[in-house]
Amino acid sequence: MGGWRAGRVRRSLPHRSRRARPRDRDLQQHVVYLAFALILAAFAVILRDDGFLSSSNLLNIGRQAAPIAVMAVGMTFALAAAEIDLSVGSVVALASLVAAEVVAAAGFWAGTLAALGVGVAAGLVNGLIAVKVRIPSFLVTLGMLGVISGVARNMNNLQSYPIRNDRFSAVFGAGSAGPISSLLIWTAVALALGHVALRHLRWGRYVLATGANREAANALGIRTDRVRIGALVASGTAAAFAGVLLAGRLAIGRHDLGENDLLTVIAAVVIGGTSLFGGRGSVAGAVVGAAIMAMLNNGLILMGLRVADQMIARGVIIVVAVALSMRERRET
Amino acid sequence: MTASPGRQGQSPSAPALVAEGVSKAFRAVQALEDVSIELRYGRVTALLGDNGAGKSTLVKCLAGVYQPDAGTVSIDGVQRAIPTPDAARSLGIETVHQTLAVIDTLDVAANLFLNREHLRGGPIGRRIGLLDHKRMRAECEATLGRLDIRIPSLRRAAGLLSGGQRQAVAIGRAVAWGQRIVLLDEPAAALGVEQTARVLDLIRNLRDSGVAVMLITHNMERVIDVCDHAVVLRQGRKTAEAPVRDVTKSDLVAFITGAATTE
Repeated sequence: MGGWRAGRVRRSLPHRSRRARPRDRDLQQHVVYLAFALILAAFAVILRDDGFLSSSNLLNIGRQAAPIAVMAVGMTFALAAAEIDLSVGSVVALASLVAAEVVAAAGFWAGTLAALGVGVAAGLVNGLIAVKVRIPSFLVTLGMLGVISGVARNMNNLQSYPIRNDRFSAVFGAGSAGPISSLLIWTAVALALGHVALRHLRWGRYVLATGANREAANALGIRTDRVRIGALVASGTAAAFAGVLLAGRLAIGRHDLGENDLLTVIAAVVIGGTSLFGGRGSVAGAVVGAAIMAMLNNGLILMGLRVADQMIARGVIIVVAVALSMRERRET
Repeated sequence: MTASPGRQGQSPSAPALVAEGVSKAFRAVQALEDVSIELRYGRVTALLGDNGAGKSTLVKCLAGVYQPDAGTVSIDGVQRAIPTPDAARSLGIETVHQTLAVIDTLDVAANLFLNREHLRGGPIGRRIGLLDHKRMRAECEATLGRLDIRIPSLRRAAGLLSGGQRQAVAIGRAVAWGQRIVLLDEPAAALGVEQTARVLDLIRNLRDSGVAVMLITHNMERVIDVCDHAVVLRQGRKTAEAPVRDVTKSDLVAFITGAATTE
């Protein structure tokens, strides 16, 4: 009986929960948008002579943010379900290579579907092992990261694989519809799908319930095993799609695409209002979080920081931002 | 008050749920041994016992969370298997678990309808599980109103509610769905005096509308106050059973500590 968590602790401290009024919560949910506006304004002032606000630079930021945003949408589900997916970066790489090779061999559709299949399969294996063997997804996906990175390195002997399929490049990344880059359109699609799934579908509600309190969700009849597997499949699939977008934009598949994106993605999701411990998630916040990350990246480069200093600055900023966004939410 | 929890034509004190010879072991620990219990419509049955007596295990067996190693459960005289929590619910059994009552991060309406969501959007909407937020909020408001449960906002996360409100939401879930058998595991644990009184009122309401209620509690005042019948477990066995009007508080304590039995 005893020794259980959240519910009991909260209940014995009713004064604590009473302190956070609904108004405060609304504010917290909008912290990420406020941060976005503030950082944008700060860079606009600091870098006013460096063309930060020029349309070509803003488009650049958008293009950089797109794959991160797509990965962040998927990661939102993993974190909201109280899981985590550390394998996303490797899935990006493998998906880009599979897309490149299969597009060359069998055309646009086969290549696209095969690449997405990589993500579905990785997510499924991650989820099944985490659920059936009862290993924390942290460890399962860490192992998967190693395995998939290795496979990707073997696939084309560390060489990039060029994509010479105009349709693929146009649809995923390089092309545009009118003035709008196809990368941004696909990001909007991921945002819309993710938002609807999390807020307006039963499944999204089950993801949140499972992440908040798996035992309670189980007792209420929710099949939490399936939900957790589904959340990791969502994350893997989104990462694979990010790989497709990168492959389209760069017209290559390569073993190191996405390699350094993991921390950025998790930071984007957490800054966006998703709990690292499950039960709370925001897809829109994650996308804005990705935009913030891309903006920081771009701004630091324009400020003329050396790569080493950029890494330091970005690391510090990420930890501070995540710490702030989590402190704001601890009470609720 | 609500959509007739008691089945039509069911006499008020007919047996609702009869469990016979239920046993459950966890490795070497025999948590329940040959326990039989009968819940009747319109009656509140207290399930008493010290910590570790097997009360919560019994509730979880009846709620489909655990599978008993032996024993049978009959609902309305028909023997039933309860393989999952879903199965229990479809048999009309609603459980308010001690610590698993609500999901803190979901709002009140979401909690009330968790795993029984209303969907919209025709066949496609149903297939993908498109939530009908509007209808659920409206019905949630109606249900809580009927039960006189006052919650500041249905959009408020359950974790922000007081303990009494959280329990009220959990119990409201049972009522909202017209369940006929309600199992409550320490619903008033850690509640203040006034909040406890409100939860007890809610339990009386349930009983008066014909619901079969089982109440697990450590509090003897509460038993005398609201229960009609008492069953006592000790070390996994049923050691006493009596109508509450026939026993005193000290009798009950003696049963629980093992100083006396009726079996």
